[in-house]
Amino acid sequence: MSTKIGDRVKRSEDKRFITGAGKYTDDIRQENQAYAAFVRSPYAHANVKGIDASAAEAMDGVIAVLNGAQLTGDGIGNIICGWAVSSKDGSPMNMGAWSALATEKVRYVGDAVAVVIAETDALARLGAEAVEVDYEELPTVVKADKALAEGAPQIHENAPGNQIFDWEIGDQAATDAALATAAHITEVDITNNRLSPNPMEPRAAIATYDAAEEHYTLYTTSQNPHVARLVLSAFYNVAPEHKLRVIAPDVGGGFGAKIYIYPEEITCLWASMKTNRSVKWTSDRSEAFMTDAHGRDHITNARMGFDADGKIVGFKVDTIANVGAYMSLFSSAVPTYLYGTLMSGQYDMPAIHCNVRTAYTNTVPVDAYRGAGRPEATYLIETMMERAAREMAMDPAELRRRNFIQSFPHQTPVILAYDAGDFPKILQMAQESADVAGFATRKAEAASRGMLRGLGYSTFIEACGLAPSAAAGSLGAGVGLWESAEVRMNPVGTIEVLTGSHSHGQGHETTFAQIVADRFDIPIENVKIVHGDTDKVQFGMGTYGSRSAPVGMSAVVKAMDKVEAKIKKIVAHVLEADEADLVIEGGAVSVAGTDKQMLWHEIGLAAYMAHNLPEGMEPGLKETAFFDPVNFSFPSGAFICEVEVDPETGTTEIVQFTSADDFGTIINPMIVEGQVHGGVAQGIGQALLEQVIYDDDGQLLTGSYMDYTMPRADDLPFFTIDHHATPSPNNPLGVKGCGEAGAIGAPPAVINAITDAIGAEGLAMPATPMNVWRAIQAAKSSIAAE
Amino acid sequence: MYSTKYHNPASIDAATAALSSGEEAKVLAGGQTLLPTMKQHLAEPSDLVDIRGIAGMADISANGATLTIGAAATHASVADNADVQSLCPALAGLAAHIGDPAVRHMGTIGGSMANNDPAADYPAAALAMNATIVTNSREIAADDFFDGLFATNLEDGEIITAIRFETGAKCGYAKFPNPASRYAMVGVFVAQTGGGVRVAVTGAGDDGVFRHAGLEAALSADWSEGAVAGVDISPGGLLSDFHGDSAYRANLIGVMAKRAVAAS
Amino acid sequence: MANINITVNGKSVSKDVEDNTLLVDFLREDLRLTGTHVGCDTSQCGACVVHVDGKAVKSCTTLAASLDGAVVTTVEGVANGELHPMQTAFNDNHGLQCGFCTPGMIMSGIDMVNRYKADGRELTADAIRHELEGNICRCTGYHNIVKSIQDAAAKM
Repeated sequence: MSTKIGDRVKRSEDKRFITGAGKYTDDIRQENQAYAAFVRSPYAHANVKGIDASAAEAMDGVIAVLNGAQLTGDGIGNIICGWAVSSKDGSPMNMGAWSALATEKVRYVGDAVAVVIAETDALARLGAEAVEVDYEELPTVVKADKALAEGAPQIHENAPGNQIFDWEIGDQAATDAALATAAHITEVDITNNRLSPNPMEPRAAIATYDAAEEHYTLYTTSQNPHVARLVLSAFYNVAPEHKLRVIAPDVGGGFGAKIYIYPEEITCLWASMKTNRSVKWTSDRSEAFMTDAHGRDHITNARMGFDADGKIVGFKVDTIANVGAYMSLFSSAVPTYLYGTLMSGQYDMPAIHCNVRTAYTNTVPVDAYRGAGRPEATYLIETMMERAAREMAMDPAELRRRNFIQSFPHQTPVILAYDAGDFPKILQMAQESADVAGFATRKAEAASRGMLRGLGYSTFIEACGLAPSAAAGSLGAGVGLWESAEVRMNPVGTIEVLTGSHSHGQGHETTFAQIVADRFDIPIENVKIVHGDTDKVQFGMGTYGSRSAPVGMSAVVKAMDKVEAKIKKIVAHVLEADEADLVIEGGAVSVAGTDKQMLWHEIGLAAYMAHNLPEGMEPGLKETAFFDPVNFSFPSGAFICEVEVDPETGTTEIVQFTSADDFGTIINPMIVEGQVHGGVAQGIGQALLEQVIYDDDGQLLTGSYMDYTMPRADDLPFFTIDHHATPSPNNPLGVKGCGEAGAIGAPPAVINAITDAIGAEGLAMPATPMNVWRAIQAAKSSIAAE
Repeated sequence: MYSTKYHNPASIDAATAALSSGEEAKVLAGGQTLLPTMKQHLAEPSDLVDIRGIAGMADISANGATLTIGAAATHASVADNADVQSLCPALAGLAAHIGDPAVRHMGTIGGSMANNDPAADYPAAALAMNATIVTNSREIAADDFFDGLFATNLEDGEIITAIRFETGAKCGYAKFPNPASRYAMVGVFVAQTGGGVRVAVTGAGDDGVFRHAGLEAALSADWSEGAVAGVDISPGGLLSDFHGDSAYRANLIGVMAKRAVAAS
Repeated sequence: MANINITVNGKSVSKDVEDNTLLVDFLREDLRLTGTHVGCDTSQCGACVVHVDGKAVKSCTTLAASLDGAVVTTVEGVANGELHPMQTAFNDNHGLQCGFCTPGMIMSGIDMVNRYKADGRELTADAIRHELEGNICRCTGYHNIVKSIQDAAAKM
């Protein structure tokens, strides 16, 4: 049976997961394997005066205790930030040094100062407890605005006042002038809460050094093994690329947290060489909360001006972003080029100015988490729009409609040029699907039960498909953001696709095979997707930024173009036909209007037997392609959230969540819907439940699932999902990417709905029962006071 | 987890002997709190004395209105027990909402009582119903049993063997869970007992489970949801954390009390 | 050190274990049954759920030494020649993405269906969501997990 693009094909990778046969990093056991445990700072900011490892070294089963001085002494380089963002005065960003094992100073709770290698995991942990570190405590600062305030503790010497850069985008003068003419200005002060990504599989690494070959192998929980190898080789000097193999086997979710190359992976590689043992480290959940890069954590003041008709005239944004104690790989790009460039939303805005200051704090690094910058922009714009609608006594959907961009391409004032979309259409779809017309009746019925019902919108756009390499490079990116693919047709006619995209839940083994089966009209079972191993796959930039479909699949299409061209040459030659008359159909290539054909395996055999190939043609049938997008892709969506709030407890129930998305062409609706479900759940998590909290001493108060609220099944409803496709003109499939939409669009829809329900402004995320109850009480007392 | 010695005694005598054999021996009754604590290196018992193998320890029996629940009875077995369901549905419902299904298959009433976590559910039921805690050496009234956060009047080597509840009149329990841990942020158990109306609050007190005199007085006069509304619930002495400050917990005590009465 | 005799996925196993060995470590490290996962250290995520004597328990919060004589079933042991209906339902309904929580979801799903059927209770979508309190998934938003369990319940 043939498989087409658009079919709901069940996942071929599922069988190993549902039978317990998946192979995640921690499931792998190497010969001669030892275990690493890290000695971590209990202080958020301290000078390291000395490390006494003698007691640990004397313990049975402890193989070695290694520290930062040894690591840097062996030439292991500092951890890098991969995107250079300059301040508006042209000065480069102030990046402080980050060593995989801290030497003179620790800067967050969990910063590692040493590693213990032992025969078992338990012994390694006991050994780590036995290492005595002499710390001299320093004053700490955990909030970004406080870090930038005068007199704040200095975290890195070369970042005076803890400021990394003071960046801007847009036109300040034009925006100020526009706001001066506005008939109405809405102003908000909002915080975007700090989150922990929490893929269910904790990070893990197993490093093996082969002394005879001077070769390293690293199994690790990575979203981008080639990038890991590149960085480990070029910047951390672990080994040159041809002496380093990185394998990301089954990976249990990423959400951004597994993009980066962390101190632990570097240390395990180095320690495997030092001890001549395979060194394994598996994070536990507590360690994950302490050391996995967090997401979001913005403080923003913004003003949006409208004319008398409710048309936006200008938007001015001032944001302080918390980067944490060190600059992680994309930490500079997330609050700038992935945030400020999105400030136009779905709206025709004549003037925008966005200023972003980034600050070091004594917290774990903050980097990309599902959506990365775009959720922060969307939350700001979409809560702003709804507040403005309330202030101007307009229907929030109508205010949006008046401001929607109607024609494409559309150049925004903040770099991006949108390629396609139909914003009124998807809003209308969502409104119909959510039965907005019947909301008043439902609200009245809820009121009869003493419940407060509210409805909130979010109409949003994303820039996905990261990214045109030259454009990214001109903005400071340290890498190209193309993708590569190799399509190999085997002599028996089966096909292997080697892709640089990495699947850690996205279902690539199914969807990538689907586009091949569709193109060549062969059984999907005859297609295998290979990914995640630098020794197998030519190269790749990995999976993040909703790029696997628009960039990764496009590379596969380009490679298939080349394969198809060669196939047609071979068939035309063998069948003595004209290439233009050949039709690919039913597992064969046929000459139209005749009964002449070559079956798929006959073509494969012909290519590899090479007994009868066109003059000068090389044998074999495999082609490689690199695809570098010419633009971002711009998925858009309209979300409507309906809630019921229990005024007695402040508890919010999401009673209905409706989305209408424009992802362009959809390869597999089942998988796309699953991505939306998961993204929306994370967005609802941010809005209602999740928050990382450090106390003033930099101690993590939300260090386990006892205190960090993960969305559970009974926190969430079934979701209603609709699609409308305006294909992207900038890639061969017309796809846009779907992985981040839910997390980007959902938070403001939820907060807008609760605000509508309780009739109180200024509700902060997460809207926990206590926060909502307090907002209700505050609104009551302000009414009483009036 | 630090090393420990596991004992699986078949009798109470063997269990007490094992308990006295180790320097820091602890009873293992289900382990759903103790083992996570040990995993995080926050507890280091020298010995674990598993009481689940002792005959009769998990039995649940009814004698008239008296329910006797063995210390090793799991939350699931209490929730599913026909006698508990008929004599005190509030207690069965409480047990059915402790932790999650897998935890309820292992966690026990004796373990919960002995641990006296300030956010545990059973202490509220025991205190509201003035249950009797039966040990290998004596019987202790719930009024005398709880002694602050994670503390009880159990002596070294003393093992809870059963909890005895006098049922009869109306009982109700309502819990507002902590959004993250799902332990009680506030749980209120209301009971009409032979000794009058008793109201016990868990999850909220900074000294653990406690009785609320104001609610007891109001409900003694008028066992109704409306009676609760007039009670002034002070935030004094209540826990405060980022999930719920004392003012919010005070509000929840009133709301949960009302809902507990409604459920009774 | 204790010697335990237990049945795992239908096979008798006799092993010496340290007194502090957790069931999940015994399964993963001693028996190399790595389908059972560890996703937290506070007994909340449920990636480690297995059945002991027919009931779902968290293998990360159970001592192996306490299971002498027990019958343990892991996700590797539920298929009987062909996939268990719960396994099939997760594939049919796209009930998994990264797959890490899936073994625990399947074991909890089978357990809840068995209990509700034994009691003659209807396993509604709301009941499934409540029963999943101890199983955390970060990928699916639970939508298709609930659908999978509903589907399997109709076929078990």
